[in-house]
Amino acid sequence: MSKLAFGDQYSTWKVDTSKVPAACGLSGVISEDGNRMSGEIIIESMRVIHDRGNGLGGGFAGYGIYPQNAGHHAMHIMFEDEAGKAACEAMLAEELEVASAEEIPTAPSAAIVNPPLLWRYFALPRGEKVKASGLADDDFMVRLVMKINTTVPGTFVFSSGKNMGVFKAVGFAEDVGAFYRLGEYQAYTWIGHGRFPTNTPGWWGGAHPFNILDWAVVHNGEISSYGINKRYLEMFGYECTLLTDTEVMAYLFDLLIRKHGLPMEIACKVLAAPFWKDIDADEDVDEKELYESLRMVYASALVNGPFAVIVGYSRGMLGLNDRIKLRPLIAATKDDLLYVSSEESAIRQICPKPDRVWAPNAGQPVIGQLKGDV
Amino acid sequence: MPGNMVTSEFLVNVDHERCRRCKRCILNCGFGVFDFQNMTTADSSKCVACHRCVVFCPEEAITITRNPLAFREHSSWDVDKRKAIWKQAQSPGMILTGMGNDLPWLNVFDHLLIDACQVTNPSIDPLREPMELRTYLGRKPDSLKVERDDGKFKLDSKVANNIKLDIPIMFSGMSYGSVSLNTHRALAIAAEELGTVMNTGEGGLHKELYPYRDHIIVQCASGRFGVHSEYLNAGVAVEIKVGQGAKPGIGGHLPGEKIGREVSSTRMIPQGTDALSPAPHHDIYSIEDLRQLIYALKEATGYKPVSVKIATVHNVAAIASGIARAGADIIYLDGFRGGTGAAPAVIRDHVGIPLEIALAVVDKQLRSEGIRNWVSIIAAGGIRSSADVVKAIALGADAVGIGTAALIAMGCRLCQKCYTGNCSWGIATQRPELTGRLDPDWGAERLINLVNSWSLEVKEVLGALGVNAVESLRGNRERLRALGLDESTMDILDVKPAGR
Repeated sequence: MSKLAFGDQYSTWKVDTSKVPAACGLSGVISEDGNRMSGEIIIESMRVIHDRGNGLGGGFAGYGIYPQNAGHHAMHIMFEDEAGKAACEAMLAEELEVASAEEIPTAPSAAIVNPPLLWRYFALPRGEKVKASGLADDDFMVRLVMKINTTVPGTFVFSSGKNMGVFKAVGFAEDVGAFYRLGEYQAYTWIGHGRFPTNTPGWWGGAHPFNILDWAVVHNGEISSYGINKRYLEMFGYECTLLTDTEVMAYLFDLLIRKHGLPMEIACKVLAAPFWKDIDADEDVDEKELYESLRMVYASALVNGPFAVIVGYSRGMLGLNDRIKLRPLIAATKDDLLYVSSEESAIRQICPKPDRVWAPNAGQPVIGQLKGDV
Repeated sequence: MPGNMVTSEFLVNVDHERCRRCKRCILNCGFGVFDFQNMTTADSSKCVACHRCVVFCPEEAITITRNPLAFREHSSWDVDKRKAIWKQAQSPGMILTGMGNDLPWLNVFDHLLIDACQVTNPSIDPLREPMELRTYLGRKPDSLKVERDDGKFKLDSKVANNIKLDIPIMFSGMSYGSVSLNTHRALAIAAEELGTVMNTGEGGLHKELYPYRDHIIVQCASGRFGVHSEYLNAGVAVEIKVGQGAKPGIGGHLPGEKIGREVSSTRMIPQGTDALSPAPHHDIYSIEDLRQLIYALKEATGYKPVSVKIATVHNVAAIASGIARAGADIIYLDGFRGGTGAAPAVIRDHVGIPLEIALAVVDKQLRSEGIRNWVSIIAAGGIRSSADVVKAIALGADAVGIGTAALIAMGCRLCQKCYTGNCSWGIATQRPELTGRLDPDWGAERLINLVNSWSLEVKEVLGALGVNAVESLRGNRERLRALGLDESTMDILDVKPAGR
């Protein structure tokens, strides 16, 4: 009998590629000066929008949390049992130089039921393996994560970036934050998520953020264009194996920015493409050609349907709405801090007197960027 | 011995109480059914049920009924098979026919259902929100390079020539010769007005239509009829017609009766000669030959997009991949229900595979090879309604082509006698007294009405699906479900059964 945490969904998410609708609450904060904040701040923010989740998934990502191991991939992995852990560790040992491994510290509580084994590994890809694969380091890591997640039973890599980490579980966001003792971590960017899936018992891997390498994505929405976005990504070697739209969003960012080298602002114009009427009316000929070409070439990467998304990455944080703003997203600034959230209340809870509060327009990215090194 | 054992298909009845003897029916019938001897008489054996007489009779005095003559039922030997044998026993030759496959093969479109939004994602109201149908046909690069320059973003790559369509519906190739010049005129006027394109078919382009060049795809088929350098440059793209859905594996047939002075000069062949396109292109015996022709045409046109039209046959996915790799920018898939002006019935009715299946496997194959961006796919041959348009796009088409539907809009009754050249509606004929019946402006207006109606319907469906751009439907098979298809067909279509 498998644990409830993975439950019957476990067998499903390895084979079924259908998706599950989910609505959600989001919140994120970045210090552009790189000042580190305790995880308490994001738990506090998420607590206010408790009702946007239904207790079937909550999670967080923090950037800058592992300064002592900043050069290593921090692999956060959940195991259903010791057998899965042993199989996965064998694969890790073969492909990676594992510098250290430890159990992720937790504070067990009644609110978080049946946790799987939660471990983290600080590791780097083995040079000879990367060379043999003919891939770049990052592509090697992406492929390894996908291989583990699709082939090692009872194992799920839920975080693989450097100097960052994802913490997620089945439960309400604030309970998940307490469970992972986020107050003990210091990050310059925090993003949080409370999930409201509509027809699944929820499983640990399906909670947000969804992570691949440096990207962590929390997402509120249902992607009506999911079918084509997924098939488009498959052309570039991404396998969408989860039950959420969110991985599609994460892979699209990875493809457009890391692989195709598009600037973040331009990637946003692909995902939430401007309307033809606005492109046609653009008097700047070069800009018009740029946007026309983007829509021609990246038509299948247009993410259609309602979404609000917050994306964390090592150099910044992004908030973005779909092209007609069908889900809420509010932004605010205070000194060097940028806040983005589903609700203003979640911002005011941790920043009672912001300098500026606004509702970003449909498809207009809100980007906070680190000013210097951290 | 009896001269003709084939009994009339239809019976024409003139109500002599109502008939005013105005003789309009005699003038209107292209098939010579009517005569006048003190009163209007009808030779039912010539009637094809094209309804021209019925529509134009001011007294509604004419009725046409199916000949109720009883045949002894036989589930194997249906009446059409018996009639075919009588015909061929009487006069040897292939049985010719026109328009598309009329046998009741499974129609996959009719077994696909479209999704809609409820609660978890909102539908979008096309009456209040923008709903985008614009489509670009042609090769696209896999990625773009964008540089940040002085706070501005600059495109640092070039996208090859593409055809811009305001709607993902175009007019399929129907040659001048097979259809009248007025038909071509109507198609060109409508294509311009709709922001789409018409395809010349394989009979060249009448000089008079060169001003419509921004809305024309010129075709180059195995007969090379009317192909010269000015013609090749008289459109936005060139299409190499390898095959046609109605007659895969054989070339176009235009009987000499339809080749008068204008058709002769446009096609560059003598008047009255049969225009029989060779079955293959005699310069394309393999895929590497196709590549040479593609690049020859690109050189001749300053690198306009080149489309390759093929009939959907069993191995269509591998063929399409070869075409993409040979350098084509567009692959035009013509399904086995596609129309024709003339084809042997045995080919039309039994050769090829359904468009829906071909489309699904071609899109899948190109994706599995990572080359879907290299080509656009046009789906044609069996598109009957806006629902078919939506389903074809969801299966993976960039745009669809309509031929039969366009002719029906202009009066065609699907009598399937195009090859006789007697079309009473002035469409598939060159007889001057008949071609004058189709007013190009009237025809264009009806085409515009039809396509605009379908566009509205496509937008309505997009809105229900919760997307506001056609590219979010394209290839999005997740939004289709099958009802009543077998497992292997669903697997091939990559569409789940309803309920899953």
